Amino acid sequence: MFRLANPNRFMNWSAKLLPWCVVATAILLGVGTWLALFVAPPDYQQGEAVRIMYVHVPAAWMASFVYAVMAISSAVALIWRHPLADIAAKEAAPLGAGFTLVCLVSGSLWGKPMWGTYWVWDARLTSVLVLFFLYLGYIALVNAFDEPTRGNRAGAILALVGAVNLPIIKFSVDWWNTLHQPASVFRLGGPTIAPSMLWPLLVMALGFTLFFVTLLLLRMRSALMAAKLRALRIQQSVAA
Amino acid sequence: MAAVDHFLAMGGYAPFVWPAYTMAVIVLGGLLVQTLITYKKRKRELQAAEKQRR
Repeated sequence: MFRLANPNRFMNWSAKLLPWCVVATAILLGVGTWLALFVAPPDYQQGEAVRIMYVHVPAAWMASFVYAVMAISSAVALIWRHPLADIAAKEAAPLGAGFTLVCLVSGSLWGKPMWGTYWVWDARLTSVLVLFFLYLGYIALVNAFDEPTRGNRAGAILALVGAVNLPIIKFSVDWWNTLHQPASVFRLGGPTIAPSMLWPLLVMALGFTLFFVTLLLLRMRSALMAAKLRALRIQQSVAA
Repeated sequence: MAAVDHFLAMGGYAPFVWPAYTMAVIVLGGLLVQTLITYKKRKRELQAAEKQRR
């Protein structure tokens, strides 16, 4: 794990992995969209509006998953001071914010025809909105320091404190009354969703996950190249 | 043509289904484009800097 996290080694293995990630992402998102729009049946209660689920649910899963990645990276960065961990957390944040935005807007567009409203201030929706602001706050905080290492440390602490929101999001539908439906896939006793809808959903979710992995690898490589560039410029100015 | 119209109508839910898909494409596509532009820029800059050093 730590050997793979050596920046030079990371540049090597990520270069080899990236083409596979790109191909897998394209296939999964392509097949997933086709399954979601053409193959999956309309719901017996929701009709065709249920197709919003294939965007909303994977985006919602990614919103929490990316935050977990960010929090774990932040913990590694704080404990072991590993430079790659800081970069991972920092580069994951805008992607997580993007997924959360997709989750919120698609959920809103799904809520209007099904619940009769775009928004309610209940526990699930509010905690996901808080997640969105945590991402934005993290991005702002990390960039608010002249010295990058101080920004990274402050951001890492915010990311860890904010992680308390993740179980609140997950269990909000069980702990409080809400319009939002409870979990139907990741629950004790197995999924309650029909296989004809579960498969397109899982393909889409895997596509979203690989999309995240691809973009994260690219962004981390960009950040490492920027660091190398800074080092080169310092060398040059010292030599001159 | 009728089949296409039927598909696009989404059983009357078109005003909700299509904006949901469109905004997802815009947000995720935007992140992809921004990531690729930065990546290419950094790669060019680094190559130029390494060339200069030699």
